Amino acid sequence: MSIQIASKEIKPLRLNYAHIARRMGGDTKPASRYQEAVLDVQPTTNFHYPPTWEPNKQLFDVTRTAIVMNDWHAFADPRQYYYTSYVTARAKQQEVMDNSFEMLEKHGLWKTIPAPILDVVRKVLIPLRHYEYGANLNNQDICDRGYGAPITSLASFNGFDRIGMAQYLSRIALLIDENEETTLQAAREAWLNDANWQPLRHAMEDTFVLDDWMEIMVAQNIVMDGFIYPLVYGRIMPQLANQGGGSLLMITQFMSEWYDETVRWTNQLMKVISAESPDNAALLKQWVSTWTNRIEQAVNPIATLVLGDQASETVASVKTELLARLAKNGVAV
Amino acid sequence: MSEQKVFLIFQDTADSRPFIEALEQENPAATFDYQPGMVRIDGMGELKITREVVSEKAGRDMDLQELHLTLVSLSGNIDEDDDYFSISRH
Repeated sequence: MSIQIASKEIKPLRLNYAHIARRMGGDTKPASRYQEAVLDVQPTTNFHYPPTWEPNKQLFDVTRTAIVMNDWHAFADPRQYYYTSYVTARAKQQEVMDNSFEMLEKHGLWKTIPAPILDVVRKVLIPLRHYEYGANLNNQDICDRGYGAPITSLASFNGFDRIGMAQYLSRIALLIDENEETTLQAAREAWLNDANWQPLRHAMEDTFVLDDWMEIMVAQNIVMDGFIYPLVYGRIMPQLANQGGGSLLMITQFMSEWYDETVRWTNQLMKVISAESPDNAALLKQWVSTWTNRIEQAVNPIATLVLGDQASETVASVKTELLARLAKNGVAV
Repeated sequence: MSEQKVFLIFQDTADSRPFIEALEQENPAATFDYQPGMVRIDGMGELKITREVVSEKAGRDMDLQELHLTLVSLSGNIDEDDDYFSISRH
């Protein structure tokens, strides 16, 4: 006797929610989880009460930035992060970082790092935890006042990443001080009072009070990060590694990976917004040129702490790189 | 004519999605048959995907070998490298 196994297909009447189907131009194929998580999640109507702190605006208001978009969902995160994919990706990276820290601690690897290198770490790397914390504030602010779920969700994830990186930096400080808080306190003191750090701190605190959230986005996530990350994790850390601080690369690995990942969405964001209208492109250009000039000045003294007379040359090369990248994505300064 | 035919069958899951989307983009002539739980992709002569497009669809750097996690069946001669995967008849 032969058994015939027949398969019977039951076609669902609908593949997607109606608002997603409208976005996708028809109910022909199922949306990805990312699309379901962000598309048209932004509340747009029926705001009964204006916020008491800003009575001339709605709770969610497109006019909180001078950038005008016909459709705030035109941008999509190329990494397609929604809660699950974000958390899974970060959990994996956290595991790797944890292992690296454990290994350095268990085998006393950090003790092989020459003292002058540790000194640079104390002076330049650890104060950046305050930078990361400021970047967290800026990104949560974008999430709060921004518009368009693809952008605000990404800003919120970005903010959490910054807290994580501030914690990694604290952990490095505790590691090299054998759980004393000397470096943590010295770093705080440097961020607050050391003349070399003041221009950066000043610039950062000025971004806290910007009214336009998209300008914060440009100033923080594109320009400031565009200087700090390639400079510190792209130039200074490899140099320290060559001088005997190789194990430092293991415990700052997340930061360099994170920046490579961030560049992908900032590029995409600039491309989409500048392509929308010449007005948008002009505005982005203006913000980028204002902030690059300011930040270039601000990071120079910090670079000088490590690189000496090669500092301004190195910072200039970082700037050229940043501007070239932005020019490729529609923001030519 | 039918000797020229090649096909790939994937499970219809979130993991296979970047491969299916890349196949859709890179092989406009291929036909896509969504069956219960799986997707059958038929092509004449060749079906090809590149790592670049798959990575773009997935939103991260992909290893093309990840396709075997969701691949159900295929027919054709495989030609693969780190940067592409193709099946054809020769």
